[in-house]
Amino acid sequence: MAKYLLIDFGSTFTKLTAVDSEIGDIFASANHFTTVDTDITIGYKNALDHLYKTIGHPVVFDRVVACSSAAGGLKMAAIGLVEELTVEAAKRVCLGAGAKVDLVFSHHLNSSEVELIKTKKIDIILLAGGSDGGNSECVLFNAKMLSNANLGIPIVYGGNKSVQDEIKSIFDQHHVNGHIVDNVMPRINQLNVKQARDKIRDLFLKNIIEAKGIKKIESEIDKVVLPTPEAVLKACELLAKGYMNEPGLGEVVVVDVGGATTDLYSISEPSKRGDVIITGLEEPYAKRTVEGDLGMRYSATGILKALTKEEIMMINLEKGIDIEKEINERNINVGMLPQNQKEELIDRLLAEMCVYKAMNRHAGKMEEIYTPMGMVHHQTGKDLTDIDIVIGTGGVIIKSTDPKQILAKTTNVFRNDFELRPRHPKFFIDSTYSLYAMGLLSEFDPVLALKIMKKHLTQV
Amino acid sequence: MKSIVIGVIGADVHAVGNKIIDYTLSNLGYNVINIGVLSSQEDFINAAIESDAELILVSSLYGHGEIDCRGMRQKCIESGIGDIFLYVGGNIVVGKQDFSEVKQRFLQMGFNRVYPPGISIDMAINDIKNDLGE
Repeated sequence: MAKYLLIDFGSTFTKLTAVDSEIGDIFASANHFTTVDTDITIGYKNALDHLYKTIGHPVVFDRVVACSSAAGGLKMAAIGLVEELTVEAAKRVCLGAGAKVDLVFSHHLNSSEVELIKTKKIDIILLAGGSDGGNSECVLFNAKMLSNANLGIPIVYGGNKSVQDEIKSIFDQHHVNGHIVDNVMPRINQLNVKQARDKIRDLFLKNIIEAKGIKKIESEIDKVVLPTPEAVLKACELLAKGYMNEPGLGEVVVVDVGGATTDLYSISEPSKRGDVIITGLEEPYAKRTVEGDLGMRYSATGILKALTKEEIMMINLEKGIDIEKEINERNINVGMLPQNQKEELIDRLLAEMCVYKAMNRHAGKMEEIYTPMGMVHHQTGKDLTDIDIVIGTGGVIIKSTDPKQILAKTTNVFRNDFELRPRHPKFFIDSTYSLYAMGLLSEFDPVLALKIMKKHLTQV
Repeated sequence: MKSIVIGVIGADVHAVGNKIIDYTLSNLGYNVINIGVLSSQEDFINAAIESDAELILVSSLYGHGEIDCRGMRQKCIESGIGDIFLYVGGNIVVGKQDFSEVKQRFLQMGFNRVYPPGISIDMAINDIKNDLGE
């Protein structure tokens, strides 16, 4: 029987979750501010002290592993040729690897775009373009542009396989930390995630956490094994699929509203209907989207931009607040926590808007087209209508007095039948904030991770 | 191996001919990128850019081909593949119109080859070989 300590070095908090395999459950948790700017071990040791105090005595853990999104997380640039094809494929690979996609470029790069890669302090570049045997001129041009710029960051090439050798010699010539992987879109509309995603994770663990000062924690713990969003994605996938004799919950959607982003995860088949025509780039079974313009604090102004003037007026009238003022206040004072009922209500309202808008972008769309052969259903993106379970995580949802209101915004509240949102799901919250920890635990004890997750999901 | 993008344009779901064209051209050794039914002009053009195709073969069976194909050459030019061969075939207009006039209209729209109804893909193979230089 073993005791495990699972850690998340988050952008704001370092969170600790202690698991005992004998009782098959979490037995303590604690957190403290992340101190990556000075020395990451300080925050960790403080959190550990808290944890020991809660338990009453120090504990010797058999395994201590961590995931990290500290120091800006994993910042990536996704580069491809056509926006709807290799650019989108590259973007999905980055998101699936747990990255934040800060820059997205299509076609031939220009010098100001390359300059942006420097100023935005991108960690890794994913360069794609061309199906196998297809266009090669553009990726060769872009590889030269990036190599000439001496960026000093790793570049993963996942484009047309026909020019892998030329790309490799361009990288070698310029002493670029370059890596060749399978094409992310080997044929038109076919998505190929695995090799590129694994390489990105590998680079994250070898280079990026070192560069960000996170690796020094490995003198205190066993290992940092994953970027945090990938740990959450792993947990969601395990929860949906089950493991060996321990059944999963079936297809799920997970919503995480944070201060800077709103993340949505859907673990489901793209469609179960035989009577629809599906077009566009293949959809992944485990899909993650990140909305960088929708968040409770840092990105609160993005919510405002997503609203029309009429909508703002309607909200102000209906709720008796000045939504513009409230949003700006939260954007300036990012550490603000709701102190009274009114402030909590406004936070909930903002979270509802984040969730509604994020689902609008995540869910697929269905169009009814009248043809001379009768009406046909034309689907793009994922069909989530049959999803039975929607899970909320992240502070604002877990701590809300009415999380159901927030999670309900994943469904079709405005009866826009073109959007393939979950129709009649049940709502749960990750009340102990343990999804990330169970993603980590699933790496070495998936059955235990699954049992704990099922135990700690609370229906609302 | 030369690449050819094929598909059925507009709100048209006729899939049988599309499959036959795919089969025939693939057997002849072409790299066929079949984007299927209900395809927009942009779908054809995007696929052609990524796959470095030399020919786009547009099928239209439901009579609205003329509206669906308008402006396609211009979009190819804007997208940097202005020199690509554009073929169109099927029942591309409504009713029984004089085909020589129909053909003229499509040629003016920038299509290189225009085929009347009832033509099988075999009859276009010589044109493809000539145009692609094989």
